[in-house]
Amino acid sequence: MSEYIRDAILAGIWETFVMTLFASLFSYIIGLPLGVLLYSTSKGRLLENKVVNGIIGFIVNVARSLPFLILLVLLIPFTRFVVGSSIGTVASIVPLTVGAIPIVARMVESSLNEVNPGIIEAATSMGASPLYTILHFIIPEATPSLLQGGAINVATVLGYSAMAGVIGGGGLGAIALQYGYYRYQEDVLWTTVALLVIMVMLIQEIGIRLSKKTRKT
Amino acid sequence: MSNVFEIKNVYKTYKNDGKEFTALKDVSLEVTEGEIFGIIGMSGAGKSTLVRTLNRLEEVTGGSVLFYDKDLASLKAAELREVRHSISMIFQGFNLVNQRTVLSNVEQPLKIAGVPRRERREKALQMLEIVGLQDKKDVFPARLSGGQKQRVAIARALAADPKVLLCDEATSALDPKITGEILDLLKKINIERKLTIVIITHEMSVVEKICDRVAIIDDGVLAEVGDVRDVFSNPKSKAAKKLVFPSNPFDPSDHGGKVIRLVFDGTHSSEPFIANLVEETGLKVNILSANTRSVGGIGFGQMIVELPKSEEDQKKIIDFFTRGGLSVSEVG
Repeated sequence: MSEYIRDAILAGIWETFVMTLFASLFSYIIGLPLGVLLYSTSKGRLLENKVVNGIIGFIVNVARSLPFLILLVLLIPFTRFVVGSSIGTVASIVPLTVGAIPIVARMVESSLNEVNPGIIEAATSMGASPLYTILHFIIPEATPSLLQGGAINVATVLGYSAMAGVIGGGGLGAIALQYGYYRYQEDVLWTTVALLVIMVMLIQEIGIRLSKKTRKT
Repeated sequence: MSNVFEIKNVYKTYKNDGKEFTALKDVSLEVTEGEIFGIIGMSGAGKSTLVRTLNRLEEVTGGSVLFYDKDLASLKAAELREVRHSISMIFQGFNLVNQRTVLSNVEQPLKIAGVPRRERREKALQMLEIVGLQDKKDVFPARLSGGQKQRVAIARALAADPKVLLCDEATSALDPKITGEILDLLKKINIERKLTIVIITHEMSVVEKICDRVAIIDDGVLAEVGDVRDVFSNPKSKAAKKLVFPSNPFDPSDHGGKVIRLVFDGTHSSEPFIANLVEETGLKVNILSANTRSVGGIGFGQMIVELPKSEEDQKKIIDFFTRGGLSVSEVG
């Protein structure tokens, strides 16, 4: 492997890391409240609201059923509008975030669903408002499960980030595509694949450890 | 004494898939200040629904629930939350937040009420002292036994200085020994803090041990309400009899005979009634079941006996017991 390619791979690792980190962060900033809303407006929950739940649920379902590659293409104008360009590492963060939001929302919803309803009843009987109950009872109780879901989400974003290479994004995915696939450099292809696998495993491990550390049951 | 709760003609109907189910039918009763009031019934009788109307975890579909003369249904959301600081609740499943320490759990109601940090910590520690768990303050609930968890729940329930404590099957998940300890603790709190307590249970033994008055709920209807001693010694309704009578006495040896139930309270329990009967009248009875229990601190004994066939003999025996001051009732 030439020094040129080695440098490209090192830069790729960094770009993949940056894309995954920021896309995950932004997707949680929007996806977490959305998941809380999905959970709390569903039937029998604190803020039961058929209309709100139906609308958010529908949007999330539609967004989730679009293949990410199609979403990437569809979002090009939007990406250009947000960051001024549709190619490169920074630009990739936009479709990655949008693609991850519905996944995060559903994952958060399912984590919150695991919380014992008795705890919510106890909070209500103490005179806690719905918002207080969500912030101080439900979310703390669901934290280990949220962290575990978080690790899965970050690994998914990492996988998606490799796809961003197809439409001019950076990162390991782009290197695998350009050198490994288009130029038949199998060593580059396998090196990047191995690196991606290692990164996913690291994320999973960190997630599991964090979740275990916070789990008091 | 003023009424803490006044339940007036309460109805509760659930609608599910177009089908209606009535959980409570025209229930009316009062809970007075300072008493331990028991609500007993079989599972599915509607007692859990009834207790949840007392803090409006369940809305009533008819009638009204007054808390110190204030109709709960008339309160706005914020007012209701304020009132709920005065109505604490403990549960069968304890419902502690597992991700928080014991101390932090006990602090919750104070935090909700906006009590400053230092003050609420101090108060929470006091509450843990009452239930005897100060040394567990930094432990997480998963490390506690069932009885300890319920103690923490009681400390949490007391933290905001409520006027009344609702207990929803609070001892049903605990073994008899721990149940006894929790009931003793509730009694102690009732006396020392003059706290009104409403207890929901399906176990007669719980009512006998600590309740002053009891309501019997059967199939959503209030079957009977009264002093525990009266209801226990002379149950009138079918539901009350079912709860008070031993569930499986021996079959009478001869189905033609008459079966009666004798109840004697602490004032009579020292006399050997059956032996006296034989000595005085020469008549014999067949004991089908006998037990003694303590009801509100007084020793109660009850016995189910089969009488001889002759009606004249039966009359003599019943006469003998009645003269002796026992309560006699026919079983069947």
